[in-house]
Amino acid sequence: MLLLLTLFLPLVFALLTYLSGNRFAKYIALLGGLVVFTCCSFLKLALVHNNLAPLVFVHDWISNPHISFALNIDGLSLTLVALTAFLVPLIIFTTFRKEIENAKAFYSLVMLMEFGLLGVFMASDGFLFYIFWELALIPIYFIALLWGENKDAAFRHRAIFKFFVYTLAGSLFMLLAFIYVYQIAGSFSASTLYSLNLTDKEQSVLFWAFFLAFAIKIPVFPFHTWQPDTYKESPSAGTMLLAGIMLKMGLYALLRWLLPVVPHGVMLWTPVVMVLAVIGVIYGSVIAIKQDDLKKLLAYSSFAHVGLITAGIFTLTHEGFQGAVVQMFAHGFNVVGLFFAAEIIFQRTGTLSISQLGGIRTVAPKFATCFMIVVLASVALPTTNAFIGEFLLLYGLYEYNTWLSVIAGLTIILGAVYMLRMYQNVMLGETNSLTANFEDLNWKELTVFVFLIIGIFEIGLVPSQFMNMVQPSLDLILNYSLR
Amino acid sequence: MNYLLVIILLPLFGFLINAFIGKKLPKTISGIIGSGTILVSFVLSSVFFLGFLNGTQQKIDVDVYDWIAFGDFKITFGLLLDQLSVMWLMVITGVGFLIHVYSMGYMHEDEKFHNFFSYLNLFIFFMLLLVLGNNFLVTFIGWEGVGLCSYLLIGFWFKNQDYNNAAKKAFVMNRIGDLGFLIGMFLLLYNFHSLHFGTIQTALGTIQVSHATIVAITMLLFVGAMGKSAQLPLYTWLPDAMAGPTPVSALIHAATMVTAGIYMIARAHFLYLLAPETMQFIAVIGAATALFAATIGVFQNDIKKVLAYSTVSQLGLMFMALGIGAFTSGVFHVVTHAFFKACLFLGSGSVIHALHGEQDIRKMGGLRKWMPITFITFLLSSLAISGIFPFAGFFSKDEILAAAYEHNKVLWAVASFASFLTAFYMFRLVFLTFTGDFRGTEEQKHHLHESPSVITFPLIVLALLAVVGGFMGLPEVFHAKHFLKEFLNPVFAQATQAGGEMGAHETNSSIEIMLMSIASILAVVAIAIAYVMYVSRKRIPAKDGEQYGIGKIIYNKYYVDEIYNALVVKPILVLSELAHDVLDRTFVDGIVNWSGKFSLMAGAQVRKIQNGSIGFYLLFMVVSIVAIFAFVFLKN
Repeated sequence: MLLLLTLFLPLVFALLTYLSGNRFAKYIALLGGLVVFTCCSFLKLALVHNNLAPLVFVHDWISNPHISFALNIDGLSLTLVALTAFLVPLIIFTTFRKEIENAKAFYSLVMLMEFGLLGVFMASDGFLFYIFWELALIPIYFIALLWGENKDAAFRHRAIFKFFVYTLAGSLFMLLAFIYVYQIAGSFSASTLYSLNLTDKEQSVLFWAFFLAFAIKIPVFPFHTWQPDTYKESPSAGTMLLAGIMLKMGLYALLRWLLPVVPHGVMLWTPVVMVLAVIGVIYGSVIAIKQDDLKKLLAYSSFAHVGLITAGIFTLTHEGFQGAVVQMFAHGFNVVGLFFAAEIIFQRTGTLSISQLGGIRTVAPKFATCFMIVVLASVALPTTNAFIGEFLLLYGLYEYNTWLSVIAGLTIILGAVYMLRMYQNVMLGETNSLTANFEDLNWKELTVFVFLIIGIFEIGLVPSQFMNMVQPSLDLILNYSLR
Repeated sequence: MNYLLVIILLPLFGFLINAFIGKKLPKTISGIIGSGTILVSFVLSSVFFLGFLNGTQQKIDVDVYDWIAFGDFKITFGLLLDQLSVMWLMVITGVGFLIHVYSMGYMHEDEKFHNFFSYLNLFIFFMLLLVLGNNFLVTFIGWEGVGLCSYLLIGFWFKNQDYNNAAKKAFVMNRIGDLGFLIGMFLLLYNFHSLHFGTIQTALGTIQVSHATIVAITMLLFVGAMGKSAQLPLYTWLPDAMAGPTPVSALIHAATMVTAGIYMIARAHFLYLLAPETMQFIAVIGAATALFAATIGVFQNDIKKVLAYSTVSQLGLMFMALGIGAFTSGVFHVVTHAFFKACLFLGSGSVIHALHGEQDIRKMGGLRKWMPITFITFLLSSLAISGIFPFAGFFSKDEILAAAYEHNKVLWAVASFASFLTAFYMFRLVFLTFTGDFRGTEEQKHHLHESPSVITFPLIVLALLAVVGGFMGLPEVFHAKHFLKEFLNPVFAQATQAGGEMGAHETNSSIEIMLMSIASILAVVAIAIAYVMYVSRKRIPAKDGEQYGIGKIIYNKYYVDEIYNALVVKPILVLSELAHDVLDRTFVDGIVNWSGKFSLMAGAQVRKIQNGSIGFYLLFMVVSIVAIFAFVFLKN
């Protein structure tokens, strides 16, 4: 029941938000986000109470074809649900300072998006998963399209449309793959799909059908070209939703719907994926160095980070898996912090061009400190969340192949290069006409950063509790993946 | 263990106070909190130290909590205190405290005074973690943490982008080394299933690990040390790091952080003893760095740059000591070097302070008259670093040279020559700064003054230590007790047994006296040459742009920065632009757009089929049905 409640509350609040009118929409949405977060805390208690055995809800929905409304919460799902439930209210709160046109529609779309995201992370029926997967795309499409701030509307429309079509096209392959396995299994349920005996040839083809859909969403090199422009053109709240939560759909799906379903296909194609993922790590990092647009720089940096997570997942090791989950969680926090900083800069100066900024630290010391901490977390300084993630990911990768680990490890150097370069040009040096009157953080903005920073250090300093919660679900997936 | 935690956490506490409410506190309170926390840590450290000294204190090795743990995987957060870490503890908190006190005077005019103290305290916290970690990963927290503080403090005056560049360079170069450290840890974890120092040391006897693996591990860890301790080829960040306020140069870039690499190798000596190839490599790199940096030091005119290259050179000497298995001598030199180099940096700070920021020794001279305390302490420390009997540097350097002589005559010759250069450039510095006539402006001359006692007090203490610090390691020929060797024996017992530890006592005493004499004569000759050049003949180094020949090349630091720029930095920047503009936007994205357009085109073609003619639809339907039946039929 708790599962259903958690899942459907965002939908209810989407409706309430819309009905409440433009003036109150943001408060209702924030309330909704907080209520969902509370539910999520209860989910955690329930899971712990259940000795980490999955919480399930199954309702036979459609008899032919056999589709059930099946939800499942285990450590892995809960992690992503928690990330969503934590970040959504925070992202809503980041927009509080801004006058948003047609606010009721905007906030209700955000809540609708949360509904879709939670569904993706909770569904244990393939078809249900597919429905939520597509459902999550629709609100973000409109958010990005209608509330983007760039003046060049034609360019924005092109970029967002491309993103939409690109990811939708990828998903089609997934749908085909699901239909194919349904024909054999007679069910879409995860447990059935995990115990299928598909021929190696089938698995080899199915692998790509699933992988393409996920790879475009993550994105994995070379399917990433929608990302920089979409991140740049979306309003910051949209970018945060996209980078903070939505791209984890793809990573989560790798673990839940690819590895255990077509293990032999995975075995066969892992070398290719590994090379693509590691290319992405280096490629994204190198490109980020010379980016002048702050949001694009962060987009390429994010792309490099998820490349490493993808590689970690494909190592099929305990360390790689754990590293991937920790890093998904950590990346959510860090990337939201970074894009929030970008948003603050854009609101106050009207530009995101790194070369035009500078000296902000002199006038806004609180902002400078918060931004610095988030930057340090994203370059994986020990005691921050991303260090735990990157350490385990690179170690997992080392267990798979030493040289790939060394090459991917270059990210700790390149990451420092582009992040410190960015921070230096934006924040340090002398102020100029754009930044001289930069206003320091107000309490609302500070609150957002404080929450993020607490999260950063909590995962960095005491990650074990979190890891132990995820461990049983990852063990299970690893066992199926190595069958 | 509780007291140990207090030692570590006090500086963190000081950091938090100054970071959060420092701005509201008066500067004096802010400074007292910053220095006071370190003083208490120092007192507690001394208790531990004395405990070890009279044998009442046992080694502490405790796990505080499970840090990264799931399933079978477990890395704990644990602390280790033994004779080796307590030595560092004393230097970090002791010298650290003096530098904090000094900073209260030196930074007094700075508006970000409290920031400075919060960073300094944070640095001490991470440095303590570095030397007190009981496994490689806890040490690595400290390792990267001190790198962060170094970054923050080099770029402390962040309005100047040159300083920020120096800070960034330091961080990135350290990160290059850190990647080596990281991969080294992966190898350890993979082979030993642990990163705990003690566990690995014990496991070496039982777990079969190939020799190649051990060599790889030790080499990778040494790459980390090269970055942190500024060895060839990763040293160029350290001279640039002089952009930071002078107390920072003294604390971080001379006395403590840069010795982290030596600590780490001494800590992991049990691995290094199994890898003679790596040891050889370290010795060569160390000696080469010692000489290379010393030659550059001879031609520098910035008072801090001379000291910076001197630090690089002395660190090289320490690594050479480790490389030839003389671990105790390496540690010995770390300690004495901390005393005299901290004193020298602080002394240079006193001079810079008096001259309102002037760092060029060509514009100094005759300061002895105005700044007697600074002069005398600087002189004593210079005597110590030059290896003049009976100052601290004499004993520690002599031990290293003696061990080198035993090990390999070439290493000894290189190190001796480096020491000769050291004595020369140090006294070139002393004479140009403190003797002769003042060469600055009248305005500066008018304001010349000795620094206040908050600055001179640390100088005096450090100078005293630079004078007597050497007595903790009297050579065997003096028929005295080598205190340090006995003290560290429990840690390096294995090294001594293996015969790797080649301290002075194994050397023939007549040879040792000969070596000492050679070293002393060389130092005296170097000082004499410097005296003749800069005092008798009153030579002033050439103006910028007027150097020529080899002098110009060395003055420009062999153009190493320029070479790195041309070979590494520029290509990466170009690659970054090319990858974005050509590869990403044109090629990869081009294909995506092309397939999009292709589908549109295909769609346009397909649309033509739907022409509204019922007859055509019917025909198409019939053909399709036939095709499907045919397919099913044939398949069966």
